[in-house]
Amino acid sequence: MPGLLEVKDLAVAYDTVGGPVWAAKDLTFDVEGGEVVGLLGESGCGKSTLLLAILGLLPPSARVVKGSIRFRGRDLLERPPSELRRVRGAEIAIVFQDPALALNPVRRVGAQVAEVVRAHRDQSPGRCRDDALSTLAEVGFNPPDRVYDAYPHELSGGQRQRVVLAQALACRPALLLADEPTASLDSTTQAEVLGLLASLQARLGLAVLMASHDLGALAAVARRVLVMYAGTLVETGTPAQVFGQPLHPYTRGLSLAYPRVAMRGGVRPP
Amino acid sequence: MNDEPLVRIRGLSKRYARRAAGRSAAVDALAGVDLTIDRGTVVALVGQSGSGKSTLARCLAGQEEPTHGEIRFDGADVASLRGAALRAFREQVQLLFQDSAAALSPRLTATEIVSEPLEIRGLGAPAQRRGYALELMETVGLPSAVADRRPLDLSGGQRQRLAIARALAVKPRLLILDEAFAGLDAPIQAQVAALLHELRLREGLTYLCISHDLARMSVFADEVAIMFEGRIVERAAAAQLFSAPQHPHTRALVAAVPAVPPLAS
Repeated sequence: MPGLLEVKDLAVAYDTVGGPVWAAKDLTFDVEGGEVVGLLGESGCGKSTLLLAILGLLPPSARVVKGSIRFRGRDLLERPPSELRRVRGAEIAIVFQDPALALNPVRRVGAQVAEVVRAHRDQSPGRCRDDALSTLAEVGFNPPDRVYDAYPHELSGGQRQRVVLAQALACRPALLLADEPTASLDSTTQAEVLGLLASLQARLGLAVLMASHDLGALAAVARRVLVMYAGTLVETGTPAQVFGQPLHPYTRGLSLAYPRVAMRGGVRPP
Repeated sequence: MNDEPLVRIRGLSKRYARRAAGRSAAVDALAGVDLTIDRGTVVALVGQSGSGKSTLARCLAGQEEPTHGEIRFDGADVASLRGAALRAFREQVQLLFQDSAAALSPRLTATEIVSEPLEIRGLGAPAQRRGYALELMETVGLPSAVADRRPLDLSGGQRQRLAIARALAVKPRLLILDEAFAGLDAPIQAQVAALLHELRLREGLTYLCISHDLARMSVFADEVAIMFEGRIVERAAAAQLFSAPQHPHTRALVAAVPAVPPLAS
């Protein structure tokens, strides 16, 4: 059975005055339906570029030089913009690091979730509102009515990130791309959002491709980890393999630098 | 040397007036904090955003006036310091922030940034100051090649080293690190932590390290104080905190630390 997302020989370059800079070189990997895959790498290694390339949202200075990105069997790189617009938000969604920047500060958050539904579904405003409310309930706002009418500044960082997740999930995408979704949150909130991601994956059968430089965050949710270094994938395996017996010097350095503590409890890897 | 702790804080509180929806309400950012920091030790202050960590740091650095309570630095009541004694205190306590890109002037070169504190105090001739700045940059592991670069041309790790070099220029005794590791990749965090550890041994520095990252702090600090709603609810050696957390909030913080598979040797 083919994977949900199949990336093959992908190469992406940024054009600069000094010539092309390769943000991705010969990337080949896949994500199966319902699978949580972690993408580990340092800042600047090409993680975000890869996620944007999957969505067809690369900035004008970047271009896909070769390769294919197959989603549900069709190559997204060859589809017209109108089809990509239907895919984005409805079939593949993305959440970014900073929820404060992702939300419009002067609009109520419920309307911002309903807006996503309206963009993809031809239905009445009332039904869009109902869909938004039920998605807000799914990400843990119970009852969702109160948060629907709140402004972003009235919410905590963790609540804002859950609203952003509700936006992403409102149209039931099969694949969620997450770019450092917990990097701007403090540790207890981070654990809350990671726990939510894991439960959404289990309940909705959602596939997640999560980019992070944080071993801890990836170990908490990912079944498989891809390690990216300078635009290439250098290693892949379960968290236990990649963090416990790293093969590449970069991964080894990362794992060595991670502050491990003797503890009880903690977020357990799946 | 004496046995008096470098910092002794008693009953510190800080109330902010806040107007919410037409009504005025007060927020107690600090609600009676007691904290001592012994000379040459590293104490971490760990808590969630909004727990009062940064307010405590600003009060200790003299940037914020406490509502009640007392701060003694090296035995002297900070509130009573005036003139030269106050200036000396401000040199002895230096703050280091999370976002070095925002904390450093984008217009100055690396050496100008490090020598500016001396210039402000009228110490040394320009050539001497530059020489001293280069020495300090070497101390923090910055190559001389970056001497004339500006902050935005440096990497995050280099910028944080530069901020450390600047803080060291006035020979402080206490460095307050306010989320100074956040935003750096793990290996860079470890490098900066190693550098701070070395400086502590070499210069006899004392650190108060503020963070929400209990895991990082537990390997960096001698002792961890847990802050919750404007109070310190627990203080213990890091290992003890993990094996037997007492306060419910400490347990929540410990539970939030992700389990990462151990590295096989």
